[in-house]
Amino acid sequence: MATMTYLQAISEGLKEEMRRDERVFIIGQDVGVYGGAFKVTDGMQKEFGEWRVIDAPLSETAIVGACTGAALGGMRPVAEMQFADFVSCAWDHLTTVSAKQYYRMGTPIPMTVRLPCGGGFSGGPFHSQMYDGYFAGCPGLKLVMPATPEDAKGMMIEAIRDPNPVLFFEHKHLYRRIKGEVPEGVYTVPFGKARVAREGADVTIVAWSAMVHVATEAAEQLAGEGIDVEVLDMRTIAPLDFEAIAKSVTKTSKAIVLYEDTKTGGFGGEISARIAEELFETLDAPVRRVATADCPIPFSPVLEKEVLPQTADVVEAVRALSAY
Amino acid sequence: MATAASAETDPRTRLRALGLDREDAVTMYRNMLVTRGIEERGHILFRQGKIPGSFYTGRGNEGAAVGVASATKPQDHLCPLQRDMGVHVTRGLEPWRVFAQYMGRSGGPTRGRDGNVHIGDISLGIVGMVSHLPAMLPVGVGLALSYRIKNERDRCAFAWCGDGASARGDFHEGVNLAAVRKLPIVFIIDNNQWAYSTPSNLGYATEHPSDRAKGYGLQNVVVDGTDPLEVYEAVKEARDKAVAGEGPTIVECVTLRMEGHAVHDDAFYVPKEDFETWAAKDPIERTRKFLLEAGMSEDEDEEIRSGVKRLLVEQLDKAEASPLPDPSTATTGVYASPEELDTPHH
Repeated sequence: MATMTYLQAISEGLKEEMRRDERVFIIGQDVGVYGGAFKVTDGMQKEFGEWRVIDAPLSETAIVGACTGAALGGMRPVAEMQFADFVSCAWDHLTTVSAKQYYRMGTPIPMTVRLPCGGGFSGGPFHSQMYDGYFAGCPGLKLVMPATPEDAKGMMIEAIRDPNPVLFFEHKHLYRRIKGEVPEGVYTVPFGKARVAREGADVTIVAWSAMVHVATEAAEQLAGEGIDVEVLDMRTIAPLDFEAIAKSVTKTSKAIVLYEDTKTGGFGGEISARIAEELFETLDAPVRRVATADCPIPFSPVLEKEVLPQTADVVEAVRALSAY
Repeated sequence: MATAASAETDPRTRLRALGLDREDAVTMYRNMLVTRGIEERGHILFRQGKIPGSFYTGRGNEGAAVGVASATKPQDHLCPLQRDMGVHVTRGLEPWRVFAQYMGRSGGPTRGRDGNVHIGDISLGIVGMVSHLPAMLPVGVGLALSYRIKNERDRCAFAWCGDGASARGDFHEGVNLAAVRKLPIVFIIDNNQWAYSTPSNLGYATEHPSDRAKGYGLQNVVVDGTDPLEVYEAVKEARDKAVAGEGPTIVECVTLRMEGHAVHDDAFYVPKEDFETWAAKDPIERTRKFLLEAGMSEDEDEEIRSGVKRLLVEQLDKAEASPLPDPSTATTGVYASPEELDTPHH
């Protein structure tokens, strides 16, 4: 075990798998000589050469489209979007071509698109978005969103090996802020298996990516008030481990879904609906959602804080739910 | 821009110069007949109510499609579009599978999951297209990139675009990426002069859609798409150049779309005299004349034509015998499983 940041863990996962499998290559803007805007691919072109760490023109459509083609050509492409926000320029390719090619033509598309996502650092409306809800309605894509360094590395390797197009949401705000123990060597973390980040008996918070940390912080505060919160880290939302949600909510009878996408249309709405639809009998209170306001992500820190879910918002929601 | 010379030389001399024999030209002719035959029968099936949705043909483009595909090698990958049935036929897709696809039967390449010309078979090197044109062009660029990374030196990708679709970002981003990396790919523009009902002059301001090649540091060649041999020659040269590491070429095949965009469109907006002019250059008829001059007898021609007819009758029977897909399978196969990665193309 070594202690490393979330960012280092992603780099480690990429490097380990590239050393093991020569079909893996990276393509994106400034991923080569510069090592990526966030330095995730730092030094990798030196190690693997310029045809395995490829600096591409500013062309998200061509990058993602070419990954689909390269996957058909027997490779294991990994695309980097400089910011998750820019994947809007490659939307068509992901949802029209990559996601549907296997269903239509029977040819698997093993490709990974890395999406540095999320807010909390004054990135403004175009460098802060959490896009998971937009893609969650597109069958054929897998959506993975690690919250810890250990998961980030293991899920990176799992993503590359998966025979489907995988959107790897790596949270920028976790990159250098979150450190943890990470196993050495090659290992995978399977998709569709949630993790209990914190055990509790009174209220369940369902979260993923950076919101797992917000939920855990809130839970620590609430412990002092005698409210015992269980935090469920979904790890992936497609596939979704609904069984884990059912197990936890059956135990606590109260559920909050916490997500960084917009409240309306964000994937947490779907989870809330399923809890209401399938677990109604076990509930002691209505399902609550804590999410980003239905608003673009503003630049100024005071405005951004107002819009994104904060620990205090979660604490307040849990209190209200416990008192119900 | 280079314009390939339409050789008015002796047919045998011309074939020899292309490295082809008469049998090769007969094969092209036959593939064009099969192509048109499939689409004509498709029309009938549509009118009989046997084809759900809409129906598209590539009438007038048979020579271009067959000419390009004839210049490809078995190890190549192709990303053709909706006017390119001749590509599928030339690469060996059996006509009954096309009919089964039209009718939404389980025997079609997409097993009823997709329709009409959204057809392909990776074992024949063909990637199935989507409706968003030319979304498969960057996919072709990715295939070429995979050859380059693996250092496969005699392998080339072929990606198509229409005159209309050349206005989209996919074309420009894809061509540019392939150009800067000098990838082994040949771009084909099927210029049939109409983007649905929109004429070329409202789609691009250059004389030819392929003239944009200059903007990417590439060369383009404009050929008469009704002459499969002229197409073959230009594409073969472009392929040689691409696999030698000299970068992509845009080969533009000029034709006229001889029918509407799809079966519901009577193409009232296309001037009648244009149809007459281009009908006189019908690719099948001109290839037939060429072969007669090259020594094919009328009897031989008749034999080829009746052979194609027999084949299509038999293939259509086979397609009609193909069952409809089982509705209970509709939601299966959305995600691939790891063992499916061990297919030959991977």
